Amino acid sequence: MQSRLDTKKPSSESRIRFSLSTREALWAYTFLFVPLLFFIFLRIWPAFQSFYLSLFTWHVDAAQRDFVGAGYYMELLRDPKLHRALRNTLLYTIITVPAQLILGLGIAMLLQTIDRLKSLFRAIYFAPYVTPAAAVAWVWGWMYSVNFGVINNFLIEWSLFWEARGINWLSIEPQPFLTDPKQALAAVAVVVIWQNLGFQVVIFLAGLQGVPRTFYEAARIDGANGWDVFRHITLPLLNPVIVFSVVISTIASLQLFDQVVNINFTDQGGPLNSTLTIALYMYQEAFSRFRLGYAAAVTVLLFVLILSITLIQLKFFSRKVEY
Amino acid sequence: MAIPAQQQTTRVQVHRPRKRKVPWVKLLAYLVLIVGSVVMIFPFLWMVISSFKGIREILGFHFWPKVWTFANYREVLFDTQFPRWFLNSLIVALGSTASVLFFCSLVGYTLTRMRFPGRNIVFILILSTLMVPTEMLVIPWFVMSSDFGWVNTFWGIAFPGLIPAFGVFLMRQFFETLPRDVFDAARVDGMHEFGLFFFIGLPLVRSALAALGIFAFIGNWNAFLWPLIVAKTASMRTVPVGIALFSGEAGTAWNLIMAASSLAILPVLIIFFIFQKQIIEGVVLTGTKG
Repeated sequence: MQSRLDTKKPSSESRIRFSLSTREALWAYTFLFVPLLFFIFLRIWPAFQSFYLSLFTWHVDAAQRDFVGAGYYMELLRDPKLHRALRNTLLYTIITVPAQLILGLGIAMLLQTIDRLKSLFRAIYFAPYVTPAAAVAWVWGWMYSVNFGVINNFLIEWSLFWEARGINWLSIEPQPFLTDPKQALAAVAVVVIWQNLGFQVVIFLAGLQGVPRTFYEAARIDGANGWDVFRHITLPLLNPVIVFSVVISTIASLQLFDQVVNINFTDQGGPLNSTLTIALYMYQEAFSRFRLGYAAAVTVLLFVLILSITLIQLKFFSRKVEY
Repeated sequence: MAIPAQQQTTRVQVHRPRKRKVPWVKLLAYLVLIVGSVVMIFPFLWMVISSFKGIREILGFHFWPKVWTFANYREVLFDTQFPRWFLNSLIVALGSTASVLFFCSLVGYTLTRMRFPGRNIVFILILSTLMVPTEMLVIPWFVMSSDFGWVNTFWGIAFPGLIPAFGVFLMRQFFETLPRDVFDAARVDGMHEFGLFFFIGLPLVRSALAALGIFAFIGNWNAFLWPLIVAKTASMRTVPVGIALFSGEAGTAWNLIMAASSLAILPVLIIFFIFQKQIIEGVVLTGTKG
């Protein structure tokens, strides 16, 4: 309609007249011009370039890079340090994701039972999530310090307190934490859980508030106990939220880097590679040893890992919905 | 926020008849939540307390400093380039946030409010970038930055965060809910397409913009991996990178490290407690809409 109005207007200029839909399309692509350039050249093209770089040895001069084909991928198969990083990364995920989920859901349910101070508690639990992980890891590193750390000092005081009262079985020895290859990974995992817990709490709280009250009341009238209500009403209705939480926290956990680097800065990934993650190994190979080709192959592996685990989770959880 | 109000009225109805009963469940809930809160707050508290202790006091265990000293802060603020790192972070985070707000909403608007061939392809193209982890991009980015001279520049640090696909996705969801008539009316009145977006569309999605802006700022302020790679000289570091490398050099001077960490963490915490409501609502929106 507007185009007809346009043509009726006397126009002196001799520019090409577009139909309304062409005009709209032109505007749309004008708006999208910069963003499309951004996504194509800084997001999509580099992703493919990663595959490409992983096929060559690294040299600053592109002409001097040697083609190795699948050579780096073969190296991935027999690199024990990478296997360690892979195992650790999966361990972090297996520890932190369920812990965050269970604690997050538990705290959200507790928050739902109280009336006062709800938003204050919610803010307190969420606060660590917004703070820089790099700086937070230093604070935890200090708390974990074997001889001067507050946690071990607490354990000593605690043990003295109970031993003085003759209750020796309650006393706990000071722990090596980050200095022991057996404990270091768990110690880092605690930091990750502490930092991400609030995110889960907020998401679950929103999910719980979306469950209609009438469902609970109907169940109570039918004589269902607390556990029944939880199993047959809360959990199934929260399923979309749980899927979201699991997928998001798994992806984040597989990319773990900031905390691991900073909590043991002088021996990153140590002791004895016990906290090393794939992301950190990639960083070390690329920017300490300048094996960018090999590091690119590691990132391709990480990409495949994240994609396949996400797809498996989506499939597994969406099947579970059909109850 | 209609749901909690409804919950409260029903809860009152259910619980009134048994008023004499002590609310053990609630008391227990408060107890557990308080203990949990202590665990959540303690690291921050301990960080701040330690940052006021002298080098000798930091290694002897007692809770409160016997002598409160600002020497650690003085050293971090005047003997390191911390103020410069702070400025760098501010420039990068504010610049990125402005870009995120403008471009994510522009793309979100275009994808929902305009008709053009290839609309779905563009959307899928942008969405597909969500699958690629940052780790996979940093090596090509580094190669590219070296070739184009972006290493150790503000542009080099900031460019990865300028238009996050997640932000486009979020804004698209919001523009989708807006009624079409408003735009059609303005279009008939002769408003051009950019005006429609800027003067009609943007004011209608203010709440989403607030959430997105805060996310963008915090995300860029906290970014570590890429700034660590691309910032080559001490004067171009952002706060998280500066803190990490400074603390690495400080070794066992934990009082200095805690002062530096406090300076890195406390501004974010303050911003969080000011904008707490918007931030948490923003998380909920992305969680339930996304």
